[in-house]
Amino acid sequence: MTDRIDHSLLDPPKLPFEPLIERNAVITEQPWVRWLLTASALLFLAGFLFLPLIAVFTEALRHGFGTYVEALQDADALAAIRLTLLTAAIAVPLNLVFGVAAAWSIAKFEFRGKAFLITLIDLPLSVSPVVSGLIYVLIFGAQGWLGPWLAANDLQVIFAVPGIVLATVFVTFPFVARELIPLMQSQGTEHEEAALSLGATGFQAFWRVTLPNIKWGLLYGVLLCNARAMGEFGAVSVVSGHIRGQTNTLPLHVEILYNEYNFAAAFAVASLLAALALVTLAVKTFLEHRYGDALAASHRH
Amino acid sequence: MDIQVRSAHKSFSGFPALVDVNLDIKSGELVALLGPSGSGKTTLLRVLAGLEFPDYGAIQFGGENMHGKPVRERRVGFVFQHYALFKHMTVLDNVAFGLTVRPRKERPGKDEIRRRAGELLELVQLGGLAGRYPHQLSGGQKQRVALARALAIEPRVLLLDEPFGALDAKVRKDLRRWLRELHLKTGTTMVFVTHDQEEALELADRVVILNHGRIEQVGTTDEVYDHPATPFVFDFLGTPNVFAGRVDGRIVTIDGDGQPIETHSIHPAGPVDIYVRPAEMQIVVSEKIGLAAVITDVQRSGPVIRLSARLDASGESLEIELPHASPEAGGYAPKRRIRVRPRHFSVFPRTGAPRPPALADVPEHASAEVRGRSRA
Repeated sequence: MTDRIDHSLLDPPKLPFEPLIERNAVITEQPWVRWLLTASALLFLAGFLFLPLIAVFTEALRHGFGTYVEALQDADALAAIRLTLLTAAIAVPLNLVFGVAAAWSIAKFEFRGKAFLITLIDLPLSVSPVVSGLIYVLIFGAQGWLGPWLAANDLQVIFAVPGIVLATVFVTFPFVARELIPLMQSQGTEHEEAALSLGATGFQAFWRVTLPNIKWGLLYGVLLCNARAMGEFGAVSVVSGHIRGQTNTLPLHVEILYNEYNFAAAFAVASLLAALALVTLAVKTFLEHRYGDALAASHRH
Repeated sequence: MDIQVRSAHKSFSGFPALVDVNLDIKSGELVALLGPSGSGKTTLLRVLAGLEFPDYGAIQFGGENMHGKPVRERRVGFVFQHYALFKHMTVLDNVAFGLTVRPRKERPGKDEIRRRAGELLELVQLGGLAGRYPHQLSGGQKQRVALARALAIEPRVLLLDEPFGALDAKVRKDLRRWLRELHLKTGTTMVFVTHDQEEALELADRVVILNHGRIEQVGTTDEVYDHPATPFVFDFLGTPNVFAGRVDGRIVTIDGDGQPIETHSIHPAGPVDIYVRPAEMQIVVSEKIGLAAVITDVQRSGPVIRLSARLDASGESLEIELPHASPEAGGYAPKRRIRVRPRHFSVFPRTGAPRPPALADVPEHASAEVRGRSRA
């Protein structure tokens, strides 16, 4: 390779060979610089990413596997797992529908206020989760706008499961929509028009043409949405009230255990969340590897 | 199915895409919508399909008003420029799509659908590729799958948006001939959009030439080529030489040419532009008639010789095409002096002067009645 390139580089011809290599070296540093940079990057990765992950599992298993299993079989821990799964089971399908509907309308139709709607979808990402939680307290809380009416009708939103679900839905709203909007925009409307011209109804066009075109992007968005729904701390913490066995999700349960100096149990529960993260990453990597082309369009934001 | 378009208007956020378009397409005709980009030809096609709706104006298919009818109720076959094949379906499933989305009562059985899709694939000569996916096909094959898919719904009209735009020259030529045969075989009314005048003239029964959202002329290849209705049409169908001159009744005088030319049609007196195609220039031997010019360049291009020349009087350059077989062809060389004169031409009122609507194309040997004009 160098031979071929050097022919052009040898013009003017009197230049000696050696300096040319160095002049060509804008992208290759001295070996010790390369080693130093690589090593510091690896050290950083190890210290800030791998070490905590390993720490979670070693701490969880410090007192043996029996203690670990016991901590997970604790009634409060099981309740937290159930609540987390329930929350995700409600929030993720809701946001799947909202996200697809939002992306569909933004990508396939022209209407006034479109830019505003896109900004609005991003709102939960830009607002601090604590503020997101407070919004619901202000609306549904005892002193909030709807508080007296809810109390009169014996409905509990804040410090109960509905509040947790609402806060989670709000926080995880953008994930599916943001994944799909660029993807659908890049695909245009020609396929749908073709389906309609062939006699398909709007629903048939969506179900048989649009959905297969976006399915991998959609799965990816759902995955991220799920990870966040299960892991959300801030917003849920504000609306939950931390009632053990009733309104504690997994992240909240970890915090309580930790604050009680029950480290083994705290890390045991935390290891579940870490495992969820690892599974999410693994599936995500697999999807990217397998369906990289379909996802590429959505990953340039 | 015959199509009528009556004073269709359409604008996109203030930009007029169609202006008072009137068009009649006969049943079984193959019609080309021809124009430069931005001329409104694709908009017109999409309005016919029901993918866009005119701001006002009427569209009828076989006398049936299409007002407000969306594309799925019009039963039109639409072939998209980039084919828009469903990439997650096999070729056969693509072709069968239109049948499978029918309401259950009208839907043929599964085997029947497969059989009909298979037949269509045979028709477009892709019988062996039924199980392939679109990404495994060449451009020309995709185009034919798109056609088969559109034909599957037994469309009343087949609409094609730049059907050969994305293909290379050789494939394009083959497909053109093939589409012509398909049209003869199926007898379906077809309308296609193109910006390639050669393609339009070669393929279509009639050509609709659009410019800035208006129809400039509608006519057969002969009509639009021999009797262009407007300077735009003349210009778009070939790069003409334009001479200044005057007309008075039957007498046309090119500025600088001592000998007036008598035509068969009558025009109001006034200054005109005289449009002449390079192939319709002739070199004359007489010293008394024609315009003096000097050859600046000679190029041989296949069977024709192209001469570039400069007019003595105006200094303007001029293109002449002569058949290579003509007796004198070998003798032309740069710097040689010649005299030229148009054999056929069209006159249009001088650019900038208001144009009386009745005045259109006037080739020397044309009858006074100009055929294409009445429709335009």
